Amino acid sequence: MNLSYLFDPEHWQFGVAGGFPQLILSHLGYSALALLFGVIIALPVGLYIGHTGRGSFLAINAGNAGRSLPTLGLLMLMVTLLGLGLLPVLIALTVLVVPPILTSTYAGMRAVDHSVVDAARGMGMRPWQVLTRVEFPMALPVIMGGFRSAALQVIATATVAASVGLGGLGRLLIDGLAVNDYSRVLAGAIVVAVLAVVLDLFLALVQRWVVSPGMSGQARRAAT
Amino acid sequence: MSRLRLIGATVTGLALALSLTACGANDDPLAEETTSGGSSGGAVTVGSANFAESELLAEIYSQALEAKGVEVKRSFNIGARELYLKALQDGSIDLLPEYNGALLAALSAGGAPEGVSKPEDVLGALKKVLPAGTEVLEQATAEDKDTLTVTAETAAQYNLKTIADLQPVANKLVIGAGPEWGERYQGLKGLKEVYGLEFKEFKPLDAGGPLTVNALKDGDIQVANIFSTDSSIVTNKFVVLEDPKSLYLAENILPLIRTEANNPTVSGALNAVSAKLTTENLTANLAKVQVDKQDTATVAKAFLTENGLV
Repeated sequence: MNLSYLFDPEHWQFGVAGGFPQLILSHLGYSALALLFGVIIALPVGLYIGHTGRGSFLAINAGNAGRSLPTLGLLMLMVTLLGLGLLPVLIALTVLVVPPILTSTYAGMRAVDHSVVDAARGMGMRPWQVLTRVEFPMALPVIMGGFRSAALQVIATATVAASVGLGGLGRLLIDGLAVNDYSRVLAGAIVVAVLAVVLDLFLALVQRWVVSPGMSGQARRAAT
Repeated sequence: MSRLRLIGATVTGLALALSLTACGANDDPLAEETTSGGSSGGAVTVGSANFAESELLAEIYSQALEAKGVEVKRSFNIGARELYLKALQDGSIDLLPEYNGALLAALSAGGAPEGVSKPEDVLGALKKVLPAGTEVLEQATAEDKDTLTVTAETAAQYNLKTIADLQPVANKLVIGAGPEWGERYQGLKGLKEVYGLEFKEFKPLDAGGPLTVNALKDGDIQVANIFSTDSSIVTNKFVVLEDPKSLYLAENILPLIRTEANNPTVSGALNAVSAKLTTENLTANLAKVQVDKQDTATVAKAFLTENGLV
């Protein structure tokens, strides 16, 4: 294993085109945008289906079909239809992140104890209040699980952006292969993997922070 | 305990799988054919690389040899250059179509020497580095080489005929090519040094593949690296810019043959093919295979008949 490319300080300078900081930033940029669109699409749909129980068959199967679409193939199709640019990459990556967020949101909502929902209704909560104050907080640990898995997948897959002329850490893989520079390919693979792990640890912290103490059991421990 | 055992089994399994793939990489998939005949008994085994043009050329060679009464065995579609060169050296195959520039670059340490790019120079340099026991026959004028290609509209707009004409307008144009162009001399570096070109942007795409062709068609890029025998050039009426300073390595097609398998009948038949093969007729015949989906053998036969070689 040749790690010379990875540890060359020249490749770690800020503001250098093709350096690690710039590639990591663009990589995180594509991933974050795809996750943002994924949440905007999947979360409301998942909450609606979970809350009402309507349309679950259609949405879950559509979501799972999306899961089996190969991102690279979809990307090439989108480039053929839309031309080069950021949009085809974002569409392909968004299709990748929607299924885990959608299915976990739905599953989280369905797993909420019915007696709690009934109690909330009995206390006079309106449907909107039941959703936002009872069901959503209780489903949040499962939803966060889906979001974290989506984030991991998108970080690993955003490398495809480089195959259609964009940046991101995939540049190291694609360019390294094109010029037989395996040290660079290895560096790209390692940085992607480390980035995914670091991001997941960060999201684990976020999860601790956003999930209600009543759900995670911390409140109970604090009480005793 | 059982979990430990499971982990152990997984690790062993992975190690096994890895060692198996490692064996596969070292194994010569053609090794058995050496024993089962190869060149013995007068038969010539023709090989080809794993892309359509190489197979078409190999089929043309095969039929030209058969027309002269030489017994031919076909062993087409062999992967990468390292693989088929090895097959040629151990006698699994005797003959295959090659490109003088690419072969020179592959055989020279550190790639093709700078400044050697004209067909005769490349051939001269190539003959010095050929593996022992192999030789090349006469080369055709047909070349499958790197080009800078623009659309007819761009060519008309800026009055472009050669790469040198790009000089005043390059800073307005986006160039698309394989990712290796960002770093290789026969890419952006050479364009800057030899022609003084600095483009507005470089988009790393695929090497002359569909992505590059579509990007050129859609106007996402204005200048593209496309290979000279690509049928998309004719179909889309693209304009190939001339390379007056010979930046791009010549890629003339020529037969690479094992010295043991060569004799006057074989070299006579193959040199006659090379004499008739041009970039234009190769492009047209390749389009029959790739665009019209005709059978390689049919196209090869038609080519040989048209040129009076069978």
